[in-house]
Amino acid sequence: MLKFDHVSKRYQDAGDALIDVSFHLQKGEMAFLTGHSGAGKSTLLKLIAMMELCSRGHVLLDGQNLNKVREKQIPFIRRKLGLIFQDNKLLQDRTIFDNVALPLVISGYGQQQIARRVRAALDKVGLLRKEKKYPLTLSGGEQQRVGIARAVVNKPQLILADEPTGNLDPELSAEVMQLFEQFQNVGVTVLIASHDIDLLKQMGHRVLTLDHGNLKTRSS
Amino acid sequence: MKNKVHSRHHRQSSGFSDKSQAYLHIHLHALFSSLGRLCRNSFTSLMTIVVMAIAISLASGFYLLLANMQQLTANIEASNQISLFLKSGVSDRAGEQLVQQIRKNTQLDKVVLISKKQALKEFKDYSGFGNALDVLEINPLPVVIQILPKNTLNDLQSLEQLLIELEQLAQVDFSQMDMQWVERLQSIMQIMQRGAILLSGLLSLAVLFITGNTIRLELQNRQDEVQIAKLVGATHSFIQRPFLYTGFWLGFIAGIMACLLVALMIMMIQNPIENLSILYDGAFNLLFLNLTETLVLLAMTSLLGILGAWGVLHYQLQQIKPE
Repeated sequence: MLKFDHVSKRYQDAGDALIDVSFHLQKGEMAFLTGHSGAGKSTLLKLIAMMELCSRGHVLLDGQNLNKVREKQIPFIRRKLGLIFQDNKLLQDRTIFDNVALPLVISGYGQQQIARRVRAALDKVGLLRKEKKYPLTLSGGEQQRVGIARAVVNKPQLILADEPTGNLDPELSAEVMQLFEQFQNVGVTVLIASHDIDLLKQMGHRVLTLDHGNLKTRSS
Repeated sequence: MKNKVHSRHHRQSSGFSDKSQAYLHIHLHALFSSLGRLCRNSFTSLMTIVVMAIAISLASGFYLLLANMQQLTANIEASNQISLFLKSGVSDRAGEQLVQQIRKNTQLDKVVLISKKQALKEFKDYSGFGNALDVLEINPLPVVIQILPKNTLNDLQSLEQLLIELEQLAQVDFSQMDMQWVERLQSIMQIMQRGAILLSGLLSLAVLFITGNTIRLELQNRQDEVQIAKLVGATHSFIQRPFLYTGFWLGFIAGIMACLLVALMIMMIQNPIENLSILYDGAFNLLFLNLTETLVLLAMTSLLGILGAWGVLHYQLQQIKPE
């Protein structure tokens, strides 16, 4: 599903962010990406989401070489992904429903389909009753779950989460992680960047550890 | 390849009519949400729109002024006819003799005498001072000889030469060549028309840049939204659609406001013009923008709004990269 083949990323001003990183995530696999801050976790996720291009090597998503994707095709690559951010990146002036509906509206789904899918996604994260509320009226954990609902509403093949539990207490973090496991169970590939080592150990999934841009360990 | 498979899957699941309905819905939504956004920021929008409306009304007002003036000059045909006004003491009969004398000139096509009586009648019919003239006991008008040179005589120099010859006749008070003042008037109109085109061009540019700048600010305000939309897979055309509609609304509303401004200005000068028109027996009708002109104006301002927005979006959207 996702393959890094000797990938390096060098920023002109900040130097090497990733050095010769290779790994392969199978379809339906769930893995954690960890490392100290500045180790290159965000850079690695950005390469997959095509927010950056790698300097050397190849990133293959679903068999497609991202180096060879043209600018105009980028939106269609991103539609295969479900992106979850630490700061949620919700639209504050739209309701929860509209926030979650955004990827579907963008993909051109009909109104009925949108309503059905949005409600299913909100139901999954337990926020069905809050669809008419605005993000700021929700708690941090709820906002994070709205972000997750938005990421999964378009049935992505790969979920990428950047510190999804960064702002949450341990109990909520565990809940969010369970949610990810549910998606994995229905065949979605999940890659989560997190520095919450304790939580990762409890979960027992594969862990990719970055250290100064080098991929250190592989455990499964 | 993968994309094709993906989109085929979409089509199967949602159907063609569903897709087109969704497309229509997206457009309608962008159309009305951009209008709603303008209304919510009504003060800022209003300031922009008023500035645009003033620019547009300047251009269209000038156009209308020209149209009204053209109405005045439209009836005047260019001819090289010469009118000789004889001295007031010269009688109709003496005028007739002079006509005979002038006819000997081979350069001339037609020489016609307008007697004092005829002149008065014509003046009554066309001037609008009809009744006022009845009060006069004596006819103050001179005998006029209208001379039409042959068509072969069409260069200004030889015409002027002829004019000088005719003016030297003892009975002639003064002469006038129609062509001269028609030509002058026409060249003034041409200058004004050229001026109107230049002015419209400049003011269109102003409208273009005002919209562009407004959209640029709007884009800055909504940068987060644009970034998020890009991250969840929005294409440029999806992202720019509501902004283009904002440009459309700005142009459209400013166009309507400009039409109202122009109508208001014309109404303000309508009374004095009507008074003048009554003096001339209603020969002059004040023109407003007609329906076609109004529609063309609205279409043009809307288009300018869209173009201004598009120009800015084309450059700025590329630069907004999700972080």
